[in-house]
Amino acid sequence: MDWLSLIIQILNGIQYGLLLFLIASGLTIVFGIMGIINLAHGSFYMIGAYLAFTLSQLTGGLFTAIALGIPLTLAFGFLLERFVIRQLYHRDHLQQVLLTFGLILIFNELQQILWGGEPKSVPVPEILQGAVALSDTLSYPIYRLFLSGVCLAMAATMYVVIRYTRIGMQIRASSSNQNMLNALGVNVRLINSLVFACGVALAGVAGILAAPVETVYPGMGEQILIVSFVVVVIGGIGSIRGAFFGALLIGVTDVLGQVFLPSAASIVIYGVMAFVLLIRPSGLFGRSE
Amino acid sequence: MWDVLKVRALVREEGLKQSMRVFNWKELKILHGTGEYLMFDNRNKRNLTRRKALSLLGVGAGSIAVQAAFPTRFAIGGDAKIKIGTLLPYSGTYTWLGESITNSFEQALSSHGGKLGGRNFELIKVDSEAKPPKAAGLTNKLIDQEKVDFIVGPVHSGVAMAMTKIAREENMMTVIPNAGANQVTGPLCSPNVFRTSFSNWQPGHPMGKVLLEEGKNTAVLCYWSYGAGKQSAEGFKDSFVQGGGKVLKEIGIPFPKVEFQAALTEIAAIKPDAVYVFFAGAGAVKFVKDWAAAGLKDKIELVGPGFLTEGVTQAQGDAAEGIRTTLHYADTLDNAANRKFRAAYKRAFGKEADVYGVQGFDAGQLIRAGVDSVRGDVSAQYDMIAAMERAVIDSPRGKWVFSPAHNPVQNFYLREVRGGVNEVVRIAMENLADPARGCRA
Repeated sequence: MDWLSLIIQILNGIQYGLLLFLIASGLTIVFGIMGIINLAHGSFYMIGAYLAFTLSQLTGGLFTAIALGIPLTLAFGFLLERFVIRQLYHRDHLQQVLLTFGLILIFNELQQILWGGEPKSVPVPEILQGAVALSDTLSYPIYRLFLSGVCLAMAATMYVVIRYTRIGMQIRASSSNQNMLNALGVNVRLINSLVFACGVALAGVAGILAAPVETVYPGMGEQILIVSFVVVVIGGIGSIRGAFFGALLIGVTDVLGQVFLPSAASIVIYGVMAFVLLIRPSGLFGRSE
Repeated sequence: MWDVLKVRALVREEGLKQSMRVFNWKELKILHGTGEYLMFDNRNKRNLTRRKALSLLGVGAGSIAVQAAFPTRFAIGGDAKIKIGTLLPYSGTYTWLGESITNSFEQALSSHGGKLGGRNFELIKVDSEAKPPKAAGLTNKLIDQEKVDFIVGPVHSGVAMAMTKIAREENMMTVIPNAGANQVTGPLCSPNVFRTSFSNWQPGHPMGKVLLEEGKNTAVLCYWSYGAGKQSAEGFKDSFVQGGGKVLKEIGIPFPKVEFQAALTEIAAIKPDAVYVFFAGAGAVKFVKDWAAAGLKDKIELVGPGFLTEGVTQAQGDAAEGIRTTLHYADTLDNAANRKFRAAYKRAFGKEADVYGVQGFDAGQLIRAGVDSVRGDVSAQYDMIAAMERAVIDSPRGKWVFSPAHNPVQNFYLREVRGGVNEVVRIAMENLADPARGCRA
């Protein structure tokens, strides 16, 4: 393999990793800050993708779909937290897993009723069509570059919000000690609602953005859910920075595994996860207990 | 006592006494040629009690003697309905396949006044969920609890493997309307198991020949590396490599992953004459779109078995235009049976029929041929099987017959996507039979 191909492959990996980050970041904040194992996270990704399909058909474009999709998924997350997830805060993980697994089944069935089983496709916006030539045969679609750019911007925004704003400070405090924060007069319930809604919106937006390149189909959420959990565990539960580097690591590993170890491609990322956990049991950026 | 019924037994039609013994199917077939046979099995105990004319002279551990005077078949059937169990996906990703098959299967059965061999029938629909771990339990349920006479299913090859193993042991009449696992009409082949669709080996096989005829001698293979993908690739290689073509690389993608960017990069670097891919459904949509987005569309030819562009061209859009595939059917096939079938389907269900519907329709025609031949006496399994083996199915895909391993011997068409429709270009291979490797029927 020549150097050019290798560089392109690594770029492929980074691009895949950035998309993974967008999904895994929502999972890790809900998991890390609220302590909820949310198996339905993949469903939010799927819902986002189907929203992109319907909204872009109704409104005629992906950008309007994004503009409408963000408030919709935020509101959806807010309601879900208020009426379902709130029941779980003081229960053990098994019950969380059961309830959120039930949500997966409900969402999948609703998806079948509303959209049916055939794969759907969402057109790439006109100004992002086209491709950049990389070699004489291969070119790179502009939309994928745009997608990577958006993911990087989201990562930067999240970092700044959590690190340097008041609400970010409260969120960090909430993940350390909710009772203390409550005693200090901060509305912890509201913070939880907000965090969960943001988590849902992140997955939803990832679904909307990914829809034009990923194709919209039933069960797309479950596939991405498992990889997202791997990312979260590698990065360290609750760490946004961990999710970022974990996602890039998984993205690149996955692509290179497919190139250099095709027969073991499906297990390479799990091998990496096992290795990371062996050296750092609480993940790359996790707090050790 | 009744364990002797587990053996397939024999009696002379003239009413001569003869001792029963264990026969295997081969012997039974030979004996059939002489007109000497009778068989029943543990599943059909009730048939024996109905056969008043059969007097059991002795029941022993391994042999019984029987005197027989056959009643007319019609009397045996009685008023009971013929029970047909469908083991198809009615939920999950493959729901639309299950519905398509069921729709046209019922359409085929309801044609002759809604009767099969003069008897009424009922369908018992069981949702396979396309989950192999559930297959054995559901198959047993249909056989033991529902006591069905036929099983029709499944869609998923993994389900088919589990189901066929049981159907073999239980001697259950089975018609497979989709699942293409080679094994079912290969090592697992069985007199009572028929398939009206294809073997995974078949649809890709003609494509190797087509490419070589056009002077395209190098290829890269890219497929989901599970049963169907691997078997499809084997089918392609059996014509392509043996005809002198060269496979430069095989890229396996873990099923059901749809992240293809790494594979596209490799293919672009290798620059073969053609790329043969096996993907279906969402994977097919995504691969075809990624292929076009990566700028490979006009530089390297993309081909595959028909599933690459079947039922998904709308989602693929312009990216699918010009892609050529081989399959045993195309919506636009110009023959009387196809026109009639498609018109009736659209009238009944308000949408266009597809290849899965055709396979379900033929499953219905096959069962009708079998049951009609014994005038409703489904316990006369041997006669029924013989009639089904002889059947010439007047299918929307063109007339076809069964191979000795009970897989269709059928035409494969070269199709090209034009304006979102798979148009027939020509017949790529005529009357292609699966090699049925490992079948000792």
